[in-house]
Amino acid sequence: MLMTARERLAREIKALAEKHGHARAALIPIVQEIKHKYRKVDDFAMQVIADQLGIHPVEVYSVVSFYAFLGSQASGKFIIRLCRTISCDMQGKERVMRQMENDLGIKFGETTSDGKFSLEWANCMGMCDQGPAMLVNEKIYTHVTPEKVHEILEECRRSFGVHATEQKEVYLV
Amino acid sequence: MSPLPTFSSMAPEAGLDRALALSRPDIIEEVKQSGLKGRGGAGFPTGMKWNFAAAAQADEKFIICNADEGEPGTFKDRVILQDHADLVFEGMTIAGKAVNAQEGIVFLRGEYTYLRPQLEAALAKRRKKGLLGKDILGSGLDFDIRIFMGAGAYICGEETALIEALEGFRGEPRNRPPFPVNTGFLGRPSVVNNVETLACAACIMQRGAAWWKAMGTEKSTGFKVFSISGDCGKPGVYEFPMGITVAQLLQEVAGVGAKAVQVGGASGLCIPASQFSRAIAFEDIPTGGSIIVFGQHRDMLDVLHNFLEFFVDESCGQCTPCRLGNGKLLEGVELLKEGKCSMAYLQELCALGDTMQIASKCGLGQSSPSAFLSVVKNFREELMGRTYSQV
Repeated sequence: MLMTARERLAREIKALAEKHGHARAALIPIVQEIKHKYRKVDDFAMQVIADQLGIHPVEVYSVVSFYAFLGSQASGKFIIRLCRTISCDMQGKERVMRQMENDLGIKFGETTSDGKFSLEWANCMGMCDQGPAMLVNEKIYTHVTPEKVHEILEECRRSFGVHATEQKEVYLV
Repeated sequence: MSPLPTFSSMAPEAGLDRALALSRPDIIEEVKQSGLKGRGGAGFPTGMKWNFAAAAQADEKFIICNADEGEPGTFKDRVILQDHADLVFEGMTIAGKAVNAQEGIVFLRGEYTYLRPQLEAALAKRRKKGLLGKDILGSGLDFDIRIFMGAGAYICGEETALIEALEGFRGEPRNRPPFPVNTGFLGRPSVVNNVETLACAACIMQRGAAWWKAMGTEKSTGFKVFSISGDCGKPGVYEFPMGITVAQLLQEVAGVGAKAVQVGGASGLCIPASQFSRAIAFEDIPTGGSIIVFGQHRDMLDVLHNFLEFFVDESCGQCTPCRLGNGKLLEGVELLKEGKCSMAYLQELCALGDTMQIASKCGLGQSSPSAFLSVVKNFREELMGRTYSQV
């Protein structure tokens, strides 16, 4: 990372610590905001957060690695989380998974080489009566079928990048 | 049409108006009289919980709304927060008055981040109307509510793990006692109630304990919100009185002819067709509201495999019976699927399940073997001696 980028990140973390307070209870909200913006919380970020809260960086690492949404390696612009729990499983999540992998050319747990899409599993997301369900960043999709996969991916592509035709980025819902 | 008739029929803020006019002990007495029990699944009497927290001496107390609904097959809290958020906030304010707390925190699971804007808007509206903040409706009560986002951990539905997360630690459950009502968030007395419990408390305040007690059974009073999914014609959220039998419930949701019903989510019990006359209530089959219907064509081992993968993934790893036990049970299910499990080993796995129920530190490990044990007990003929063709 360039030094300037590091400095900017450190400044942002300091601002977040001012906003949420320097107490330990501010740890998760700060990490959530960094994660949301940068898609990852690297060693440097963890060190700065630890300094701000007056704790050891390994404490930050232990928390980040504990929570599925904080520790995930998915770094794509669009993080797609498909529910794998029982009701969605019974409603055909397997075929949706297969179509996702085919359309993106990656496996679950990977990110596309252009950094746009990541595929991840999620546990029950509370849409059991409308499965299979999945989250694209924070937006929920229900009754997903293998045929719908292409349209959902296109919707993401249309909303981001130099060729974007829609103003709103999906992850900013 | 709203799917929850009783919640929809409540007059806004009538319960809060009444509570503000009552004394603290009177509010708690009313909730105690109603017999309301925790709607998250554990079924602890809400009035007692409030009473403990009210009796605790501290400069600060907290009301925490547990919206970390993660049990497989549960989605009622999402619907309640979407359609009846004001009722939940009203219940929190009433609880705040009852135990003398100034701050309420909604612990919203990360998967429901999309609900946050509308909840923040509802809170802002309440502040504007004088229903939150300083001197609520001129009664002298100070109470405000903030939202804390979870970060994707099923275990944080356990109240002490939830408090650990609020404090900025790994969501690892604490030893109990001390209970959160004495030593909770930041060491202060804290009431942790489920979303539905708080909404029900607001209803009870409005219509009185007698109205509530007229529904349900003697030991499980009132109605319950159920999340129904799986192989049935009409999945969704339903409101039924406590004590409804599994058969009646299947009738309502067009699920007649089911092979089995999972009551209480992955950590609940698997009820075979022969026991469909049993009642869903704390004295018979306890539940947090999750009902998953399995049709005749479902393979119970596939179901178990899915549940155990879930628990292996979601175990916090703190205590050995849960961390290793769930992994061993999962391996056992894989052996059963391949038809390579001896009866002696199956019995050993069942003994392991019993040990986990006794020796695990929190509710996750204590209840994760339930599904395994009930499937082995009720569907044994389906499990043993499989051939490769059945895999």
